[in-house]
Amino acid sequence: MKNIKVLGSGCANCKTTMKLIEEAAKEKGVEIQLEKVEEMQDIVAYGIMSTPGVVVDGKVVHAGGVPSRDKIAGWL
Amino acid sequence: MTIATLQLPHRKPHAFLLIAAVLWFALYMVLEPLSHLLVGTLPVEPGSHLYDALQFFLYDTPKVLLLLTGVVMVMGMINSYFTPERTRVLLSGRHEGVGNVMAAMLGIVTPFCSCSAVPLFIGFVQAGVPLGVTFSFLISAPMVNEIALALLFGLFGWKIAALYLGLGLSIAIVAGFVIGKLKMEQHLEDWVRDMERVQATVGADELTLPDRIEAGFASVREIVGKVWLYVLAGIAIGAGIHGYVPQDFMASFMGKEAWWAVPASVLIGVPMYTNAAGIIPIVEALLTKGAALGTVLAFMMSVIALSLPEMVILRKVLKPRLIATFIGVVTLGIMLVGYVFNAVV
Repeated sequence: MKNIKVLGSGCANCKTTMKLIEEAAKEKGVEIQLEKVEEMQDIVAYGIMSTPGVVVDGKVVHAGGVPSRDKIAGWL
Repeated sequence: MTIATLQLPHRKPHAFLLIAAVLWFALYMVLEPLSHLLVGTLPVEPGSHLYDALQFFLYDTPKVLLLLTGVVMVMGMINSYFTPERTRVLLSGRHEGVGNVMAAMLGIVTPFCSCSAVPLFIGFVQAGVPLGVTFSFLISAPMVNEIALALLFGLFGWKIAALYLGLGLSIAIVAGFVIGKLKMEQHLEDWVRDMERVQATVGADELTLPDRIEAGFASVREIVGKVWLYVLAGIAIGAGIHGYVPQDFMASFMGKEAWWAVPASVLIGVPMYTNAAGIIPIVEALLTKGAALGTVLAFMMSVIALSLPEMVILRKVLKPRLIATFIGVVTLGIMLVGYVFNAVV
């Protein structure tokens, strides 16, 4: 099971990103564990400079702006 | 045919950009005659208030939206060259002075959203970008943005757009420089100050031209999709003022003679939060009714550059005194710009 974290302080784009990932996982039938990281100190610990960021299994794969559906599909 | 058109940005990106540019200009050129034609077909008496308001609305709406789309597309592509990571590399280790100038200019082309202000701030500080230089960036990024410039250019012409650009950059440079000179590093929150320093690096950039075109489209979808409603509302309010408020109505309390108008506009502007797209059509209408240019620009700058939500977010990394200094220095700069403008124009 993949562990996916969305890093962001609760802006609209972060929520959209969460929703898109959930949808994509459901569509593909992939089981994921989706977490939201809102605490600023935890977010910057990943070293990203723009939110929302996405971390898959401990690795930063995306930062800044809502990721495209294709990109999300690639992570799953 | 449709499939061929859809693939053009990928197969022949240069041809696609050329065709898109030509079409865009053609469309831009026919807008004004078209709006007159359109209003002419309506059962409204020419020269009446309603006629003026309608013509303003029918001409300005497509014009502003077209400008916005064009500029956001181009900026989306330019942005793909200037990621925050790359900007950080360019700024780390710079000294104050040159660093402030560079930071303010990079603020124009680096994509920025106030919700990312904190990670960006920390990323800069961690990589050894001086505090004052970081502030130059933080001030310029929201204030001197492509939407504001495109709208100013479209509605008032290049002179005012250039003035806004120059003054916005000056405020960002000087305010950042002043904050740097005040040596306020101890007013960062403790956890920020104690963070490990990192070496700023940047990965290889493998984007191709079609990728950048795609990035341009993405920002058009995101930004135009988000602000078009503000633009429409702004133009509607503007059209109302345009058609119905008597000429020189604004002159009495936003004109040059009212010395208190500049600080008052700034004070009203700070708690207001909207983006450039929403405020500029209103600005245009205010101007045509006799409000002084400096007063109106000061109002606009304070609405865009100083926003309450951003201060709340920044409070997580800055102690109150530094936030207060930041607001104070920028407010002073904006007021100065307002007075100077009113004095020379």
